[in-house]
Amino acid sequence: MLKEAEIRTFIDGATNYFEISAQQAASVGSPYLVTDGNPGAYEYTGVIGISGSRKGIVYFSAPRGMLTVLLMRMQETDTSDENIKDLVGEVANTISGNARRDFGKNFVISVPMVIAHEAEKVTAPHSRSYVIPINWRTHSAKLVVCLE
Amino acid sequence: MDGRSKPTLKLMIVDDSNIIRRRIERSQQIARLEVVGAASNGREAVELFRRTQPDVVTMDLTMPEMDGVECVQELVAINSNVLILVVSALADKATAVDAIEKGANGFLCKPFTDRQLNDALEELLSEA
Repeated sequence: MLKEAEIRTFIDGATNYFEISAQQAASVGSPYLVTDGNPGAYEYTGVIGISGSRKGIVYFSAPRGMLTVLLMRMQETDTSDENIKDLVGEVANTISGNARRDFGKNFVISVPMVIAHEAEKVTAPHSRSYVIPINWRTHSAKLVVCLE
Repeated sequence: MDGRSKPTLKLMIVDDSNIIRRRIERSQQIARLEVVGAASNGREAVELFRRTQPDVVTMDLTMPEMDGVECVQELVAINSNVLILVVSALADKATAVDAIEKGANGFLCKPFTDRQLNDALEELLSEA
């Protein structure tokens, strides 16, 4: 179960990522709770396993269009599928790693696992997940936090 | 001023993300730094380090095979004069302190701007 302040940590992580990496703010919608174990995903998803003081996953999921523009905003000219997958994993890694500022060193994060073109394979390990909608330019993405 | 320019220093970039490796190479504007190689995990970094003998290293922490802190220790054991800038998303103070204690010389938190990267590298080189 996440406390409100803990959800805020991930919201701040997501907004900070876009502000700094894309130099263009994203807007975050109201976080909502999903209780059926299926928070949903877009075409590309970067999943971070969480262990230590908390257990579960954090994932960032976005469509190709958003990730392509984000790469271009980062001055990256190679928008191949490999780089898109790399980026979605790096976004998930960065937001999860930044969360240690509040959660502490025992919030242990894994290297990213990327699921591409198989959104139906993205599932949560527990029934309850918080979904943080992210809107950037004309695109929508989501950050999903599923922790015991 | 004696008119002599400072010697070129060799830079190795270590990060499991290709995007970040390319970003650091593209964004670093320090004239004295010449990129001599990039590695995607700690084990690869140790091999490349022995081969290219860089003076400066940017080091990610969360990587497969061998993580960054272990890699820092290995690199410092090979050459205690190497300057290592940790570039990581792990934003807690304890991680930064741990990396410094293991031999790193600076810490830059991801995400970062080009300016933050260059400022961190400049500060690192002021120790050279």
